[in-house]
Amino acid sequence: MPRELSYLEAIREALVEEMRRDPKVFVLGEDVGAYGGAFGVTQGMHEEFGELRMIDMPISESAIVGVSIGAALRGYRPVAEMQFADFISCAFDQIVNQAATLRYRYGGRASVPIVVRAPSGGNVGGGLYHSQNPEAWFIHRPGLKVVAPSTAFDAKGLLKAAIRDDNPVIYFEHKYLYRRAKGPVPEGDEIVPIGVAATRREGTDITLLTYGAMVTPSLEAADRLANEDVEVEVIDLRTLMPFDKEAIFASVEKTSRALIVHEDVKTLGLGAELSAVLMEERFSSLDAPVMRLTYPDTHAPFSQVLEQANLPGANTITDALRRLAGY
Amino acid sequence: MRQSGQPALATARPHRNRLLRRDVARPHRFGQAIGMARSIGTAVVSAPDGVPSAGAGPDAVTPRGMMPSIKRTKFKLSHQQLLEMYYWLKLIRAFDERLSTLVKQGKVRSGVYTGIGQEAIVVGTCFGLRKEDYVCPLHRDLGTFLMKGVTARAMMSQMFGKATGLSKGRDSALHSGVSELGIFGNTSMLGANLPVAAGLALTFKMEKTDNVVVAYFGEGASNVGDFHEALNFAGVQRLPVVFICENNQYAYSVPIEKSMAIEDVAVRAEGYGFDGVAINGNDVLAVYQATLGAVARARTGQGPTLVECKTYRWHGHSEHDKAFYRTDEELAIWKSRDPLTTFTSYLEGMNVLTGERLTEIETRVKSAIDDAVEFATNAPDPAPEDAVTDLYA
Ligand SMILES: Cc1ncc(C[n+]2csc(CCOP(=O)(O)OP(=O)(O)O)c2C)c(N)n1
Ligand SMILES: [Mg+2]
Repeated sequence: MPRELSYLEAIREALVEEMRRDPKVFVLGEDVGAYGGAFGVTQGMHEEFGELRMIDMPISESAIVGVSIGAALRGYRPVAEMQFADFISCAFDQIVNQAATLRYRYGGRASVPIVVRAPSGGNVGGGLYHSQNPEAWFIHRPGLKVVAPSTAFDAKGLLKAAIRDDNPVIYFEHKYLYRRAKGPVPEGDEIVPIGVAATRREGTDITLLTYGAMVTPSLEAADRLANEDVEVEVIDLRTLMPFDKEAIFASVEKTSRALIVHEDVKTLGLGAELSAVLMEERFSSLDAPVMRLTYPDTHAPFSQVLEQANLPGANTITDALRRLAGY
Repeated sequence: MRQSGQPALATARPHRNRLLRRDVARPHRFGQAIGMARSIGTAVVSAPDGVPSAGAGPDAVTPRGMMPSIKRTKFKLSHQQLLEMYYWLKLIRAFDERLSTLVKQGKVRSGVYTGIGQEAIVVGTCFGLRKEDYVCPLHRDLGTFLMKGVTARAMMSQMFGKATGLSKGRDSALHSGVSELGIFGNTSMLGANLPVAAGLALTFKMEKTDNVVVAYFGEGASNVGDFHEALNFAGVQRLPVVFICENNQYAYSVPIEKSMAIEDVAVRAEGYGFDGVAINGNDVLAVYQATLGAVARARTGQGPTLVECKTYRWHGHSEHDKAFYRTDEELAIWKSRDPLTTFTSYLEGMNVLTGERLTEIETRVKSAIDDAVEFATNAPDPAPEDAVTDLYA
């Protein structure tokens, strides 16, 4: 039996193992050195790897990513940390213009193997600028890959895959899960391949597509529906770009109904794309319109009352599943 | 362009605090004035005076005041090397001039930002570099690609958007690179090459090699956040990088005094803990010399240097820009400081450049450009399928 690790410890273990395995892997970000990171992800690593592989960066998000790109061009595999995903907007140009287009404009003669770790998500009282889920911006940009693990096992396996991938990968790690998500995590190389979803619960009546911190409440809602004789299949996408079409289609062909749940806002969130793809490519399999349950099109408020009003949870997901089942 | 007869720029737009600022900017006082004497005094200006200036002298008056110069590091160039420098100046000038013509003929679609008038900067900075050193050029520095080893055929194909270009038609101009030759090609985003340059330099530091990165930016780009983030980080880590500012006095239509409240971009280096010098960017030997000093410091672990090269672009911002925001007089003054003509006279004066040599070089240049144009003209277009390939490794 593998030991249990928290999601946060699993991220750290992936970093440590990858840095031991490959001298070209290094970490850079704000407070990632001796301090060990704002959330403690890199704690203890500075002692082992020293300050040239655990680089404390100035508050310069654009340079954190730009420097990573430069190092990647010389064969390194930098893992850049944004202190909060919200600050990734300060590095936006380096990610979407510099990194994403480089291989294309180099005529395929170079690639940018960087990982940008971005602690995202709400339900932690973070308010407007410490709660965001900006994944859709990056899903929308060709040349980037985007992942968002929901379990400790995937947190480790996906980060390893991201580090070994030759493309820029934006790795969204959910802050709510850091210490709450715990589970068995094997030591060593258990890679979770990019582009492959995980079926967390099998079912025959509704396909629920979700990721990140929405997986747990989705499973809870699915259990409730089972008491009402509706079997919900819960698919954890894990990779948001490129998402696992095959798994999604196979499930919808079986269930004929799909609900998408995400913590990102609704308009042009990943749900919009998944819904459109299902319409275009599996229209004949569908018995009901594809439905979405998401954060409303608003900001992430500080007040717990306001934030809870926005977040999808087991109750609202249950209601949405009932509506879809009754369609 | 404004007609002659109107007041020259110096009187038309007097600089605020002109004399006072000028004093601060004069390099020999520069160090003392802002406490920078320490390493300017050791590396860049250590050697005795006496190496002749090839271009406008140190006190040549520009429309915006004095042309700064620095004391000179000693260097030796053989006649052969001087002629090679001359060849590059000629080739890069001819390349840009041909591009300009090709735009007028409708054979090159767009994206042509010539560096005509600024060639001494590219040649002076690249001349002493190794293959392993990296350059991170700005949009006018097509010559850096040529000097680092990309063929004229490939560069011309790139400008034509052909399959034989570096980008395979995905983009034109300098938005591509060649890692094996140490060339990083930026996006269009001004200043975005500088954090990348710092990252490249970081790897040289990690590997304890003595290779260096030379990164270029316009004075306009020094107002972008990336410039400051990159220089700050390079200063903190004492990275082996030389920052070359090509101060051609305008960012598109905006003159420098409307975009920054200082006269010399070089002083910005002080804010990041390393030295900045302002030099005559139209003097290829001055540029070579300053780069030599800065590169030597970078190679020996002494960190970054900012070298500001005062210069001027002759053409508009891009080939479609008529540049009516500047006067004919101003342009004429700068044309009289043509880096190519002054270097020609210098070499002739030294009897290095003879009529025979000149003809030889001109023939070489012309045939290289003709060949490149012919090659690019006949080169295949990219296959339509390639619009969606090379997105992922
Ligand atoms: C971030 C950004 N903003 C605006 C532009 C449009 N633009 C291209 S070149 C230029 C002027 C650049 O001036 P400078 O940095 O001094 O370089 P120069 O063209 O004078 O060589 C502008 C505004 C751009 N390419 N990138
Ligand atoms: Mg300029």
